[in-house]
Amino acid sequence: MAYSNKVVEHYENPRNVGTLDKNDAHVGTGMVGAPACGDVMKLQIKVGDNGVIEDAKFKTYGCGSAIASSSLVTEWLKGKTLDEAQQIKNMDIAEELELPPVKIHCSVLAEDAIKAAIDDYKAKNK
Amino acid sequence: MTLKLPIYLDSAATTKIDPRVLEQMMPYLTEEYGNPASRSHSFGWTAEAAVEKARKQVADTVGCDEKEIIWTSGATESINLALKGAAQFYQEKGKHLITIKTEHKATLDTMRELERIGFEVTYLNPEENGLIDLNKLAAAIRSDTILLSVMFVNNEIGVIQDISAIGKLCREKGVIFHVDAAQAVGKVDVNLSEISVDLMSFSAHKVYGPKGVGALYIRRKPRVRLLPLIHGGGHERGFRSGTLPTHQIVGMGAAFELAKQEMPTELPRLRALRDKLLAGLQNMEEVYVNGDLEQRVAQNLNISFNYVEGESLMMAIKDIAVSSGSACTSASLEPSYVLRALGRNDELAHSSIRFSISRFTTEQEIDYTIKLLQDKVSKLRELSPLWEMYQDGIDVANFQWAEHGNQRDVILH
Repeated sequence: MAYSNKVVEHYENPRNVGTLDKNDAHVGTGMVGAPACGDVMKLQIKVGDNGVIEDAKFKTYGCGSAIASSSLVTEWLKGKTLDEAQQIKNMDIAEELELPPVKIHCSVLAEDAIKAAIDDYKAKNK
Repeated sequence: MTLKLPIYLDSAATTKIDPRVLEQMMPYLTEEYGNPASRSHSFGWTAEAAVEKARKQVADTVGCDEKEIIWTSGATESINLALKGAAQFYQEKGKHLITIKTEHKATLDTMRELERIGFEVTYLNPEENGLIDLNKLAAAIRSDTILLSVMFVNNEIGVIQDISAIGKLCREKGVIFHVDAAQAVGKVDVNLSEISVDLMSFSAHKVYGPKGVGALYIRRKPRVRLLPLIHGGGHERGFRSGTLPTHQIVGMGAAFELAKQEMPTELPRLRALRDKLLAGLQNMEEVYVNGDLEQRVAQNLNISFNYVEGESLMMAIKDIAVSSGSACTSASLEPSYVLRALGRNDELAHSSIRFSISRFTTEQEIDYTIKLLQDKVSKLRELSPLWEMYQDGIDVANFQWAEHGNQRDVILH
């Protein structure tokens, strides 16, 4: 599999790896994918009282482009409002990382992870 | 000695030609270029003598008569000829064939093709260790079964089937027995004079010979008959037409002879290296060997590193050349069908790496590999949400994951 330099760079130096306290009311956690499919992404966001994402962390089990996709979105999420975060589309991720067609599903999973994290945060803060 | 990177640990895929083999091949690419079928001049006679010498070398290596060996382009062609040739010749006797789910695609896809033209095929499951249960095999044989095909040594997990016992069973039941021995020569004793095998397929490039040449053993007593696949000048007694590639055949003969000569010293060396690799990797938690460890060739180690995905691990260890059972390394997006047939769950199948060591593997290379794997597996586990769950005591295998189908729907949008 020939990856773009951007994928390799994120894979070798993943940003924002880690875990936030999932019981914190400011934290939304999204876990998507399944081990049987070869990809699991856990994405967490920490939202400030002003509705802006202050921090984002991830852990990913999956191929190089799955790791790169989740690493990239943690960078993008910081400083965005929840509404802005909702606007991130899988094709933005795929284009930025120059994913080959067979790896598009990794960007879809990253988009799903963002939505799942936001949903979890909103459910906690109804 | 300095270590040269990348390190090749994929000898089950192919091997480097041994320099001693190449040396014997060279004259037939330059001065001795005659066609072995030319009967009217010395160029042809020299080439024919070289081809017949190689035939004797191959026959002596595997314990048969040289008249029972025909040349092909490789094990895939040998398997195609054996299965299609025998099935079509004997179809009046019955149309039922048997094979194992863990066979190479050369066998499985040929069986699929035979199904398409009206044969019925039973695909037996192996046991969890990759070996065949003889009772289950015996139960699968019917009155209209004409052919069984089994591989001697599995290419992914290196397990060795009990070919002698299976051969006896086939002889008793009057079933033609084909053995795919592409991965067997130089790894286990292959002695056709002591086992009841009717057809056996061989490859040169798995045994430090050249690519593009193989052989098929066709038993003469009792005689096995085949319909040919390739028609033409009637070479190889009509079984396989086409001008013989003298240099490749010479290479195969030399490679087989060397493999047999070196087995007594080489196998203990390889076993020690493999066991060292295994011990080094088993220092880590949640590491599983795929396939039986005892009934296995010394050259193979297939290991799953739980909670680490195979392709990302391959990226992390690009200084060593290995294969993975991960879906991401194949076009099909399915994990290894061999590991799935052993009952391994998808996670472990996705996390598997096949190390296959060779005549040229050194202890220094094994030491480097152990250290690299220990570093990179730890690094990827730090990244893995599954490893985190495992550390927190959550049962990852029985966790309720979101339905696979939902993801597929999203992809279709």
